[in-house]
Amino acid sequence: MTAKSLELLQQRFGAELVEVDDYLGDASVTVRKSAVHEVLAFCKDEPTLRCDLLLDIAGVDHPEREERFEVVYLLRSLQTGTRLRLKTTVADGDAVSTVSDLWRSANWAEREVYDLYGVRFEGHPDPRRILCHHEFEGHALRKDYPIGKGQMCYVPEALLTDQQVEGSHALDVESRSGQLQNVDGEIASDLLAINLGPSHPAMHGALRVEALLDGETIVDARSEIGYLHRCFEKEAEDHTWQQIIPYTDRLNYVSALTNNVAYVHAVEKMLQLEVPERARVIRVIVSEMGRIMDHLVCVGTNLVDIGALTNFWYFFNAREYMYEVVERLCGERLTTSYTRIGGLYRDLYEGFESDLRFALTKVAEGVKDVTGLVQRNRIFMDRAIGVGAMSAEDAIDWGWTGPCLRSTGVDYDVRKAFPYLGYETYDFDIPVGENGDCYDRILCRIEEIHQSMRIIDQALKRLPDGPIQSPDRRVALPPKDEVYNSIEGMMNHFKLVFEGIQVPAGEAYGFIEGANGELGFYIVSDGSGNPYRMKVRPPCFPIFSSFTELVKGQMVADAIATLGGLNIIAGELDR
Amino acid sequence: MEAFQQMLSQAGWAQGMQPWALSGLAMLFAGGTILGGVAVGAMFFIWTERKVAGYIQSRYGPMYVGHFHGVLQSIADGVKLLLKEDIWPTDADKFLFRIAPLLVFTGAFLSFVVLPFGPDFVGASLDIGLFYAFATSSLVVMGVIAAGWGSNNKWSLYGAMRGAAQVISYEIPLGLAVLPVVMSVGSLNLGTLAEAQRGWLWSWHLFNPIFFVSFVIYLISSLAEVNRVPFDLPETESELVSGYHTEYTGMKFAFFFLGEYADMFVVSAIAVSVFLGGWYTGIPAVDAFVPAPLVFILKSVFLVFVQIWLRWTLPRLRVDQLMYVCWKVFIPLSLANLFIYGLIRSMVG
Amino acid sequence: MNAYVPILVVMTIAVVFSLLFLVLSKLLGPSRPDPEKLTAYECGVPTRGSTNLRFYVRFYVVALLFLLFDLEAAFLIPWAVSFRSFVADGVGYSMFAAMTVFFGLLVVGLVYEWRKGALEWE
Repeated sequence: MTAKSLELLQQRFGAELVEVDDYLGDASVTVRKSAVHEVLAFCKDEPTLRCDLLLDIAGVDHPEREERFEVVYLLRSLQTGTRLRLKTTVADGDAVSTVSDLWRSANWAEREVYDLYGVRFEGHPDPRRILCHHEFEGHALRKDYPIGKGQMCYVPEALLTDQQVEGSHALDVESRSGQLQNVDGEIASDLLAINLGPSHPAMHGALRVEALLDGETIVDARSEIGYLHRCFEKEAEDHTWQQIIPYTDRLNYVSALTNNVAYVHAVEKMLQLEVPERARVIRVIVSEMGRIMDHLVCVGTNLVDIGALTNFWYFFNAREYMYEVVERLCGERLTTSYTRIGGLYRDLYEGFESDLRFALTKVAEGVKDVTGLVQRNRIFMDRAIGVGAMSAEDAIDWGWTGPCLRSTGVDYDVRKAFPYLGYETYDFDIPVGENGDCYDRILCRIEEIHQSMRIIDQALKRLPDGPIQSPDRRVALPPKDEVYNSIEGMMNHFKLVFEGIQVPAGEAYGFIEGANGELGFYIVSDGSGNPYRMKVRPPCFPIFSSFTELVKGQMVADAIATLGGLNIIAGELDR
Repeated sequence: MEAFQQMLSQAGWAQGMQPWALSGLAMLFAGGTILGGVAVGAMFFIWTERKVAGYIQSRYGPMYVGHFHGVLQSIADGVKLLLKEDIWPTDADKFLFRIAPLLVFTGAFLSFVVLPFGPDFVGASLDIGLFYAFATSSLVVMGVIAAGWGSNNKWSLYGAMRGAAQVISYEIPLGLAVLPVVMSVGSLNLGTLAEAQRGWLWSWHLFNPIFFVSFVIYLISSLAEVNRVPFDLPETESELVSGYHTEYTGMKFAFFFLGEYADMFVVSAIAVSVFLGGWYTGIPAVDAFVPAPLVFILKSVFLVFVQIWLRWTLPRLRVDQLMYVCWKVFIPLSLANLFIYGLIRSMVG
Repeated sequence: MNAYVPILVVMTIAVVFSLLFLVLSKLLGPSRPDPEKLTAYECGVPTRGSTNLRFYVRFYVVALLFLLFDLEAAFLIPWAVSFRSFVADGVGYSMFAAMTVFFGLLVVGLVYEWRKGALEWE
């Protein structure tokens, strides 16, 4: 597939392509800056490529080069399975033409590149910062921005324009008598500008939406993120590969286990490292545990947003049993840091299987209680059906993945489409919805809990004996015997401890199905002990970018219900 | 009040007092009792709510204060609220902001005067008792609006607007629902309405099919009257932060809180006296030796429990659905109910 | 009239009690105001725009509807109270017929509002 698509691009744009690469199975094409829009439009529309999903846009900074910035577009096709990486280079101060007219997911992705690197995008409809504060000076991910340099910013950004806020209710009635009646001849009321968040009970994490309301209806809304931004990607550049694992816990703190798996999966791809079978199966188990816990939280809090408080406890009690298992397994509840490059932190403890099976029966009970309470509840159905509905085309255009995308009827799941960790050998179904509304999202997630339990059951049955850590000397410490008795062993140990794992130079994009969608790590290595660039593709970033469009015209209560169903985790949204 | 007057006239130290002084003293005692009852009762309901919520949600709720299942939790909370800072937002309308909690609390408190706890245990046996109770509960709406508007906070404003629209809308089905019973008894006096249900269990109004429909409409509408889930739209902490009392702290907040729980009892007590046989147990022989107030209070507490139970079971409606239920379901239904009852009675006699 | 005196007494008690506690709380509680604390709460961001505005018109429509219906319901109440004696006097049928006319107006009004869409929220 990749070879064919590269060939096609070469035929069509031979002169514009600077470099074509196929390292580690990731088709990668570097194009001239002037041709970016044309090539991307071709990738999107060409029937054999059909890259309908723009996953993410990443920047990379090479200060020593003349055109120091690389802009990397990660493309995916849900129809043909094409995976393509498109790159271009741009000098400081230069601009790349925007592709936000091709994919709506490009809007926020380009803003992020602008924010962190200062690369401008020509024709971008909303060229503002996104993760950093609007008063922030400089661009944090540039290599010359000192990692320890903090800035104090206080004034909150005005999201709606002053005209929107003030103009809608001028005291002078005379001057706006023309506005007193709208087209239907009804008396128009004043619009009210209101901030939902950052400190709002329903804004899980710290999100901010400034909405313009006509009574209960949202006329206009704009969102702001970044309240939890700590520049994980900058931190990653300053740490060794193993040291980054604890930081991944804090991305999606609701399913930290899945993040751990995703990160090491990407690094192992770069190392071309095979993990022992036992570790692979355990990784499947823990990432499904993460998925279950994530869905429990999401559905539980979503129901709280709709006012059904008790369901939250039924789910959280079940989740508590899961956490007890996690705690015994990893020593921590939330910050698990369970995986290691090449294996796992430690093996399963004695009695893990029975503990987990017991916790899963509790989860099944909780799910049964909650579905009994809400599934056919008239109030709940009235509140959820048709609320926050998204069509499949729009969802893909916005870059949705995961349960939110599947609720619209697209059966895209990385576990099936691009199996990893041997997922192709497990028997499970991908639940899909029909309308992409709040109700479908909740039911999809509930069904996914059942499917995850099926996977865990199969994994527990097939769990083989054996090591949990790859013996590969590039990542594993040599046995003590060798360290003490041979110079090679001692040097190996010394190098691994002081310099960390050395990942060969190159770049790759490793991705798995996170609880909330495709969770990917785009990694650039220069062969040293730290990543040169690490870009996380968090599933809820593109999802939240569509939120304001999704809720326009809806009521406030519906917006809250919609937000809960999207499962925005500020930790991975803001990184 | 009569009970107090009787007690006083028998007490030795009150002998030889002027009759007006005697009845004045009785009034003060009755008022004090009501006040104490409301305060303690509301605190008790707050504790009950937390315990019931806890057990419904498979947890315990308060467990420590007062040793036995946290019974004194509400008192501890009350003291805490008393000692909290009283914040006056700069932009608030001082008068409205101050008056709102008083209105809510006084409104709830005034309704207690007409509740017939027993044949002799009623603060003021008014002939328009039911009407009066509905009127005083409207005072609560005034409080809600004053709080929302006076706070000069957008969330509060939304809460107030929703609260006002909701409470006044549901007042109509509420009033219409009890009318068939009023037609049957021929009085608005809550004591008389309860009195009419003397006898065996089946003489309760609840067991008349027409009145049963009334009861269901009343019960649901009363939830909306006291802003309880599934009709807690004025507060909706997940949407409006805390609704109309977002800006309130300390004791002023406590009055809203007390008012809400006192109101829950009031609507339940009205339901008990109109539909559930008032202070009668349903078995004539038992009525003779069971104290009437005890029966009345137990029944009301049961209805309060039902309200709590519903709160922790149901999701909440959206504002348009709320209005739909009221105007397009309950009002036509209660009108039809009233019409059918009138038709039957005028034909049958 | 005497029956209403207790209400006055109770009202006085209620107001005195609540004022007493408000004063108590003022005396007992700390008072450490600062400008940030005293701003209106809008999720941690300074408020923009005015709060005193012409609010969404639907709420006023509800208030108007309420006025109409509650007045009508208020007329029903004295009739309902007397209904039992009407029946006892043997004029129940005619009194019911008389009320049906009024009742019919009420229903016609409701149907009219329904058809006109006054009961729709949107």
